[in-house]
Amino acid sequence: MTLHFTADHEWISVNGATATVGITAYAQGQLGDVVYVELPAAGRALKKGDEAAVVESVKAASEVFAPVSGTVVAANDALADAPETINAAPEGEGWFFRLDLADPAELDGLMDRAAYDAYVAGL
Amino acid sequence: MTDAVSPDDLQKTPLHAAHVALGARMVPFAGYAMPVQYEGILAEHLWTRASAGLFDVSHMGQAFLVGPDHATTARFLESLVPADILDLAPGAQRYSQLLNADGGVVDDLMIHRPAAPEDAGTLMLVVNAGRKATDFALLEHHLPPDIRLDVASDRALLALQGPKAVEVLARCGADLSDWPFMTAGAATIAGIACHVSRSGYTGEDGFEISVLEGRANDLWSALLADAAVKPIGLGARDSLRLEAGLCLYGHELDETTSPVEAGLAWSIQKRRRAEGGFPGAERILFEIANGPERVRVGLTPEGRAPARDGTAIEDEGGRRIGVITSGGFGASIGGPIAIGYVEPASAAPGTAVSLLVRGKALPAAVTALPFVPARFARKPKS
Repeated sequence: MTLHFTADHEWISVNGATATVGITAYAQGQLGDVVYVELPAAGRALKKGDEAAVVESVKAASEVFAPVSGTVVAANDALADAPETINAAPEGEGWFFRLDLADPAELDGLMDRAAYDAYVAGL
Repeated sequence: MTDAVSPDDLQKTPLHAAHVALGARMVPFAGYAMPVQYEGILAEHLWTRASAGLFDVSHMGQAFLVGPDHATTARFLESLVPADILDLAPGAQRYSQLLNADGGVVDDLMIHRPAAPEDAGTLMLVVNAGRKATDFALLEHHLPPDIRLDVASDRALLALQGPKAVEVLARCGADLSDWPFMTAGAATIAGIACHVSRSGYTGEDGFEISVLEGRANDLWSALLADAAVKPIGLGARDSLRLEAGLCLYGHELDETTSPVEAGLAWSIQKRRRAEGGFPGAERILFEIANGPERVRVGLTPEGRAPARDGTAIEDEGGRRIGVITSGGFGASIGGPIAIGYVEPASAAPGTAVSLLVRGKALPAAVTALPFVPARFARKPKS
């Protein structure tokens, strides 16, 4: 299992041909209290950069973009009734959706943990 | 309102360093660097409703209109606002609106008549941060020779809001428990000379406290030292006022919107309705008599998705009947809430409407305002 990060503050955990996607601890901190999340339906084909989900804090709505291309195989439906899980465990129980990767080579352009931490430190 | 200016260009309130030391997230607002949150908007919102929240609202505009006697100053201000200022009792405060010639709202404001005899002829004004330059220019433009406008740029403004606010002030040496809602006057808090009004922007009992900027940090620290008090940012200030059904300038109010459309006709007293004599009186009195073309209402979306400012409101047949002006999450309600304008035919509480959120029609119901009952310290009816 490998972990990748985007400049839009998403994480992608890759296990074989399947990737789990969520937002980082930094992102949830910037958003503040999450009160609503809209997730993609299973079966939806996403291209890298497509709007995949919407996360809403008390103050504002933010889009979550597909970090890589693939077909949605599952969404974290537990978030519908407990969106605060995204604040409490953004890189665990607060995952957003799972994808079957269309092109694993797309992962090559993403950051690893060290690179992402350095990126956030520079913001 | 968020301004696109670099952090270096932002003004700072006298409490800026205190906010940073408390770990606040600072954001640009109306040209100022302001704390949007400390521990989190939901927690701060709920704390204010349960205990007492302390807000820095020093970005707001404070000014004194100084004339020879109350009648002269009041009649001047009545030429720009629709409230009865002549009738304002010493020590009382009233909410009103500066109007343009079309009856649109230039700003909404608080007007206080000081009780002290030496202040006869003076009115104290508190206006919105984002409008203060416009407001003060408007007042200056119309000032007669015997009245002057003193902008109090040397004063900070704190708000202490919540059911425990009155006991916190008492513990700090200022027992104001017998002041009814919308009373104002001098008070000494923690040894500091302040000008206090029993009012606020949360729907809770509470106080707005004006203090010379050199004493603002002492006052802030003295109030925060009370275990019932936590600092509250502008994020919760907005969610609290939304639940309380209160207007925010730039959202519910602007230069095209009349006070009658905004549901503020209660703030236009009987004598002014009979006499007129304020800007846009023709439109406003017509709307009072015949009803406005659109009215401000509360909206409760079904489900959990918030509907934000700018969201279209449709009737059940898919016809556009209005727009949301503020929308978010009501922490005390535990769900999404919004305020908007709709056609009068769709304004009755319980009316089913749709909100167009990201291309989907979300069902919602028109809801009476406020969403949470106001808990002001009203004078008992005798």
